[in-house]
Amino acid sequence: MKLIRLKYKKWFNILKDGISVNNPIVVTVLGICSSLAVSNKVENAIAMGLGVTFVVMASSAFISSLRKLIPGKLRMVTYMVVISTFVILVQMTLEAYFPIIAAQLGAYVGLIITNCIVMGRAEAYAVKNPVKYSLVDGFAAGMGYTFVLVVVSIIRESLAFGTILGFRVMPASFTNWSIMALAPGGFFVIALFIWGIREWLKFYESEA
Amino acid sequence: MERLIGIFIATILNHNIALVYILGMCPLIAISTSVKNAKGMGIAVVIVVTLTGIINYPIYQLLKQTETTSLALLVFIITIAATVQILELLMEKFVPKLYNAFGIFLPLITVNCVVLAVSLFFVNREYTFSETAVFSFGSSLGWMLAIVLIAGLREKMAKYADVPKGLKGKGIVFVLLGILALAFIGLTGLASI
Repeated sequence: MKLIRLKYKKWFNILKDGISVNNPIVVTVLGICSSLAVSNKVENAIAMGLGVTFVVMASSAFISSLRKLIPGKLRMVTYMVVISTFVILVQMTLEAYFPIIAAQLGAYVGLIITNCIVMGRAEAYAVKNPVKYSLVDGFAAGMGYTFVLVVVSIIRESLAFGTILGFRVMPASFTNWSIMALAPGGFFVIALFIWGIREWLKFYESEA
Repeated sequence: MERLIGIFIATILNHNIALVYILGMCPLIAISTSVKNAKGMGIAVVIVVTLTGIINYPIYQLLKQTETTSLALLVFIITIAATVQILELLMEKFVPKLYNAFGIFLPLITVNCVVLAVSLFFVNREYTFSETAVFSFGSSLGWMLAIVLIAGLREKMAKYADVPKGLKGKGIVFVLLGILALAFIGLTGLASI
């Protein structure tokens, strides 16, 4: 009984850390490029978040299952090949079933390859740990990323277009803040978000 | 010629790859702590992005002929990793001084989204060879401009500004980036890409 509890605890801790304390965007500030560029609409954010989650989980599991076979010097190239294979899968799936979202995301789907989160989880966790924990760790990192992306996109879409997922939420007299759909809006919302979460977690950086 | 100059100006100013397309943020935020480091990283990026843009263009044409464009991502990333690796070896052998000055910046570039993004953008926009070359060079210069500007601002802020505790470090960089991005968006319509 104790053993099961311990095991459960480890799973739960990996999950909790990925979403809060180790949140890839807020705390370690990784994977910003794609998260800002696609978070002006909620549907894009959800598609991107799920895509990244799938890629992190699949590549973490794959790399961790091969971790004893990958030679140390070639590991970066190996990660790249594994990750890009899964990204191509995501891209093809999006193009086949959700052509509109695929067109809006454009080149940013391909850029999941260079999303530091995927590479970071592979290097920091998957090469040292068994498959099942790597899978959970990948899922947690992906969910932490999706969570931030969706919250940021809800703020941006409601202010920029007055809608959420295409449904009108703002009163008709509301003037759209078109700057929110552009890059600066993304930067400001993410800055506020980081501020809020860091005050909540009491996580401060010492440098200015 | 006019079009090439237009692309060059657009990629540096009103279509700046860092501030308008929000690419290459991870290294931009991590390395912009001092102007010296920012310059080093910027120059390394200019060299690698221009080279890989020029190399990837003929490779993509080859993929097009054999109808295997779905593999473009995989091929591009391998070209980029290989280019960085070869560049590193050559520099270590022939210009060791410069190699030591670059230090860890070169290997880091493989995961800089700007490199891959430039290759993906020329595919999307169906550029010719000369347009691709100018676009790659201009984009990387634009990225260098952004990182040096941010690094300069951060150096000043570290001395004179009283930043709230929760925004210290990486948080405040986003506010700076936002303000800079606003300024660059003000140039919209200057030149088309």
